[in-house]
Amino acid sequence: MSGFELEIDLYDSADQQPRMGFFTDTSLCIGCKACEIACKEWNDVPEADLVHRGMSMDNTGTLGADTWRHVAFIEERQPVELGDDGAGGLRWLMSSDVCKHCTHAACLEVCPTGSLFRTEFGTVVVQEDICNGCGYCVPACPFGVIDKRKEDGRAWKCTLCYDRLKEDQTPACAQACPTHSIQFGELEDLRDRAQKRVGDLVEKGEAGAQLYLADPSDGIGGAGAFFLLLDDPEVYGLPPDPKDTTAELPGIWKTTALAAGTLLASVLGAAFAGRSR
Amino acid sequence: MAECHPVGFQWVMEARERGAKIIHVDPRFTRTSAVAGLHVPLRTGTDIVWLGALINYVLEGGHDFREYVVRYTNAATILSDDWVDADDLDGVFSGFDATDRSYDQSSWRYAGMEPPPAAGEPISAEQSHGAHGADLESGEPPVTDETLEDPRCIFQVLKRHFTRYTPELVQEVCGIPPDVFREVAETLVANSGAERTTAFVYSVGWTHHTTGAQYIRAASILQLLLGNIGRPGGGILALRGHASIQGSTDIPTLYNILPGYLPMPSASPDLTLDSHLEKITPPAGFWGHSREYMVSLLKAWWGDAATKSNDFCFNHLPRITGDHSIYPTIMDMRDGKVEGFFVMGENPAVGSGNSKLHRLAMAELKWLVIRDFQMIESATFWKDGPEVDTGELDPREIDTEIFFLPAAAHTEKDGSFTNTHRLLQWHRKAIEPPDDCRSELWFMFHLGRRIREKLVDSIEARDQAILQLTWDYDVHGPTADPDAEQVLREISGFGWPDGEAVSGYTKLKGDGSTACGCWIYSGVYADEVNQADRRKPGQEQDQVAAEWGWAWPANRRILYNRASADPAGRPWSERKAYVWWDAGEEKWTGHDVPDFVADKSPDYTPPDGAKAEKALRGDEPFVMQPDGKGWLFAPTGLTDGPLPTHYEPKESPVVNAVHPAHRSSPTMEEFHRDDNLYNPAGDEPGSEVYPYVLSTYRIAEHHTAGAMSRTLPHLAGLAPELFVEVSPELADERELEHNGWATIVTERTAIEARVMVTERVTPLNVAGRQLHQVGLPYHWGWSGLATGDCANDLLALALDSNVHISEFKSATCDVRPGRRPRGPGVLELVESYRRRAAGDAT
Repeated sequence: MSGFELEIDLYDSADQQPRMGFFTDTSLCIGCKACEIACKEWNDVPEADLVHRGMSMDNTGTLGADTWRHVAFIEERQPVELGDDGAGGLRWLMSSDVCKHCTHAACLEVCPTGSLFRTEFGTVVVQEDICNGCGYCVPACPFGVIDKRKEDGRAWKCTLCYDRLKEDQTPACAQACPTHSIQFGELEDLRDRAQKRVGDLVEKGEAGAQLYLADPSDGIGGAGAFFLLLDDPEVYGLPPDPKDTTAELPGIWKTTALAAGTLLASVLGAAFAGRSR
Repeated sequence: MAECHPVGFQWVMEARERGAKIIHVDPRFTRTSAVAGLHVPLRTGTDIVWLGALINYVLEGGHDFREYVVRYTNAATILSDDWVDADDLDGVFSGFDATDRSYDQSSWRYAGMEPPPAAGEPISAEQSHGAHGADLESGEPPVTDETLEDPRCIFQVLKRHFTRYTPELVQEVCGIPPDVFREVAETLVANSGAERTTAFVYSVGWTHHTTGAQYIRAASILQLLLGNIGRPGGGILALRGHASIQGSTDIPTLYNILPGYLPMPSASPDLTLDSHLEKITPPAGFWGHSREYMVSLLKAWWGDAATKSNDFCFNHLPRITGDHSIYPTIMDMRDGKVEGFFVMGENPAVGSGNSKLHRLAMAELKWLVIRDFQMIESATFWKDGPEVDTGELDPREIDTEIFFLPAAAHTEKDGSFTNTHRLLQWHRKAIEPPDDCRSELWFMFHLGRRIREKLVDSIEARDQAILQLTWDYDVHGPTADPDAEQVLREISGFGWPDGEAVSGYTKLKGDGSTACGCWIYSGVYADEVNQADRRKPGQEQDQVAAEWGWAWPANRRILYNRASADPAGRPWSERKAYVWWDAGEEKWTGHDVPDFVADKSPDYTPPDGAKAEKALRGDEPFVMQPDGKGWLFAPTGLTDGPLPTHYEPKESPVVNAVHPAHRSSPTMEEFHRDDNLYNPAGDEPGSEVYPYVLSTYRIAEHHTAGAMSRTLPHLAGLAPELFVEVSPELADERELEHNGWATIVTERTAIEARVMVTERVTPLNVAGRQLHQVGLPYHWGWSGLATGDCANDLLALALDSNVHISEFKSATCDVRPGRRPRGPGVLELVESYRRRAAGDAT
């Protein structure tokens, strides 16, 4: 996996482990939300506000500081086919979203304190005792995953259960998932498995089945947590072509430096010009 | 199933991934529908028309598994000349007594058999589901026609009975288009037979009808005709409402059966152990050993005090005088006839049908004991319930003394769960329960111990039943918790007085030399090992996984599995081989424990005078039945007819298209009282006031009446408020706004809910018009973190006459935009509806 090899030097290779990740196969999701609860229980995530959102069966709303797994429910009316009386056209898609643990993780790139780091498992984790709450990571994330907690000002997100991984255990969400919709394992294996699975589904007539963020050549270098979707990412509220928001930074810095230099030069020029009077 | 049993649903998903086709028949479009191959939305309460049409399709098309049907079911048996179908009697079967709305079942008997003697108290229907078929005079039906051509043979009776259940009727009554019906019928037939099997899975919603028992019967008929019983991948799987509800039926919390489905004795004064056993013991099949089961139970309970000379303390057993099931008892409670009430792990103030009536009734008690994890609404209704708000209850005038006793969770106690698969799984205490929390076992044991201490000097006859109980379990730990494994061991059984564990129910004796707390569980402690505690992972075993836990009876994983082999004892197909006759070894063998006498050869014929299982032939797999056959037609045991026939729900928006003279079940139990008013229904004047069909149900986010989910922050957040699911069409018709409020009204009360407009609810075309169904989850009450009105307040109590379960799934209602009034205004609103429904325009 070339994307993986690209960032191997991003973390200390002393405790090198195979890169671990999630393959969330939404074609197996039954929307039970066990992942949401198992995550909150294990990670001691504070309770969220009780809000009746009425977004189908979703009252969680979105990933955030206090929601590290989020099951989306999409009621979708399919185009009526010939010979179909319209009754069979309703589809109810369910999908458990999570931090993508990007290969090129912008949140980590912009973090000034080193609180966000890449673990020996290739996952991206916030260290709560280092985070100073600057919030740079929040707009950097192309998925809107990482978020500051109102109560303490620090940034929080899925750790891929770093503590459990260190004990050779499966992350809580994958452990709780009754239908193997959330699969945990070595990323390389998961990608192979997913390729086969999506092929099978398309063959069975799931024309919209597609992998999302499984490609190391995409805008984030592929994700450590990728998905099999039954329709386009937009349908699930996911960005169709996410980009590492820091990818353009060198160029931006170059331009900024140039502009700053020009500005400095002109200020200095003005100063000297003034003095010369 | 994905909604209420997501963990068990993993196996359905696995089956789907292996190529199984999942068909979901449900008025709701649920999480199950979302992953099923086909969702069939039918109008609630019309399942007999739906299943009846499938039966008709199988019979008319000759799609039945003929050899299985002829040899293993009672299809060939000829009925007596007295039998008349409901079609020929304007909607009721022969034997109906219109005065007391009940059946004399004697005309349903097989030809050539005498009707049962009229003397003595009859065994009630729900009791006879224990020792069913006791009325059959002998094992073998006297007259059969294996060509199935005799017009009075059950096969032909069935054919005639179901002939009117057509795809057109399904369209008209259930609202299911004929092409959908055809797709299901063809799938069922193609997936049944020697090579393939089909399973039916239902959750308790199927029983929440006034005709619920007949729904299950209809599914049984279909599955027997298709040869899908007793075979791997077949069967009818009943998913229960909570953990171990199966266990609480096996070792019952029901009033009318004893452990192991032995009938509770009735109160006739001259009843003795012998005369009771005579009534409940059929001549053939394993119920022929009722004496062994009963006497062993009495020995387990009364030990040395139970002797042959005192009928083994038979007279210590409580007797029943009528219907003492929960709902009539609640009515009695309301009427001041019940003093005390134990509520353990249940929240009737929220979850029961007509829960408002339950609250009003509990306010009439002298004392009430609540054991739960949380201070549930059933413990606090007297001070903060809706009736305090309306002024119907005044805390100052309620005399009920309430004892709240906190309960230990399953992680805080030893014990077993019995799941829907009859599988016992042991769990061990991980931590001590906090504070005053105690296990149920602790509570019952120490309550009994203290009562016995108070009675110790009593010479009253009535107290001897308590004083002579074997109540001597060891206690452990800081709370003196009784030893749960000792209880399990007693349930499993041992010799008396030697105390050696028995290996199973075939070792039980009727002479007092064995004790066994529940004969069907006998063997769970065989070899002095807690068999329910076995934990060999599935992947280390074959697919039967016989070493995970222990299934009753005798660790059999599929009941009646003799039917997985043909009459000669060979598997019907290699693909579906399960148990078979090994002619060389002269015994039954296979993947599972054979549900058959191990060395009874397929060509065994009973000698004259044979009893119990010895009176059944070697090719009769249904070993609990007195004729060894699967019953397509039930000659005895059901209170509402030997065959399923369609009646509308008690509250239905339409007339009965099958039996116009009987809109709803002629035998259902109704309670015409001011606190249980029924909406006008069918073509009754006033029915237009309640034009919509109403169903209440569960969603994945919460557990039953909410005590275990609404009180926990994370779970409460998943579904924080009560909502009513309506179609976009109904939202238009009633000007309901998504996420706004609606008020739902019945003759009982009015509640409010947030509006969920969703295409998952579809209007149905029924009886020539568009019919709207609305649905409400019933999880909410006024306490806890997630609160809301109690949806089951809307329901009236109307019971299936067989099992006394109320019709939770079918009622009618009106829906109006906006919130309900506060305070007494609710009563005024409901009263205005009642007046309109009664035709009073003022």
